[in-house]
Amino acid sequence: MASPSMRWIDDGCNVDGGNPGLTREKLFVLVVADDALVRKVHEKLVSKLKVAKQVQTQTAANRKEALDLHLSGSSFDIILMDMQMPIMDGPEATKELRAMGVESMIVGVTSVDATADKEAIVEAGLDECLAKPLTAEKIKYLVETLERNK
Amino acid sequence: MLGWGVEFLRAEMNRLLALLFHQGVLDEQFLQLQQLQDESSPNFVSEVITIYFHESEKLLRNLRLLLMERELSDYKKMEIHLNQMMGSSSSIGAKRVRNVCVAFRAASEQNNHAGCLRALELLEHEYCYLKNKLHELFQIEQQRALASVVRYPARHN
Repeated sequence: MASPSMRWIDDGCNVDGGNPGLTREKLFVLVVADDALVRKVHEKLVSKLKVAKQVQTQTAANRKEALDLHLSGSSFDIILMDMQMPIMDGPEATKELRAMGVESMIVGVTSVDATADKEAIVEAGLDECLAKPLTAEKIKYLVETLERNK
Repeated sequence: MLGWGVEFLRAEMNRLLALLFHQGVLDEQFLQLQQLQDESSPNFVSEVITIYFHESEKLLRNLRLLLMERELSDYKKMEIHLNQMMGSSSSIGAKRVRNVCVAFRAASEQNNHAGCLRALELLEHEYCYLKNKLHELFQIEQQRALASVVRYPARHN
């Protein structure tokens, strides 16, 4: 079983000015997806966006890894949860995380219509559901929502 | 002469990309993928595409095996494979492959075996075309990178 990967990304702000648009000091994002390609692309997308002064990303290949991360004390601002993982799908994994008391913004990422089953999404405890492909704009929207709800 | 080679190859790459966009084979998500490549991950695009090829071929094999079963009843399993292929295809900008997956999924939801077979053949065809064109793109990129090195060799004093 692959261990979760962790990256600290410093956006390289200079000492004097930094990026004037950044209001967050740090952003912690967990990418949960069984598909290696999706993990790689989503992790890189998040880490490259200058939405905080420091962005930390971790990945988990399945529900168990995601739960283990939280049990070991990790916490995240945003969890990007793939909705179509074969063993235990995204909504089920989300229910388990919420039952553990996880209060992060949990965002379902789906290959099908993101609005198809809003009731199921809400019932599972997801905050949002977005259709693939994830884009820079979609991630920025999530961070802005996070800031508004602070 | 060498400078001409680099520029010629760059033009070839742009021509091929423009063609693939025009044909609807790729969409803007592919450009987003290219923008993610940087000095810290200089081979990001080729690494992602390599994973895509590996995973897609596994999924296509599984889909074909499922459809070859005389009494196909596991449409649910087929949908799981298709969802994965749809997700990864959309993540790299493989627009036509993704669209065929959508049609394939619709046939699967209707338990339409003949429709699924036709969709699989089309999917295999689109995937092969995409793979060949992306290989061509990477070959040109490699030649361009090599030509740049020849043009500007490192100086050793």
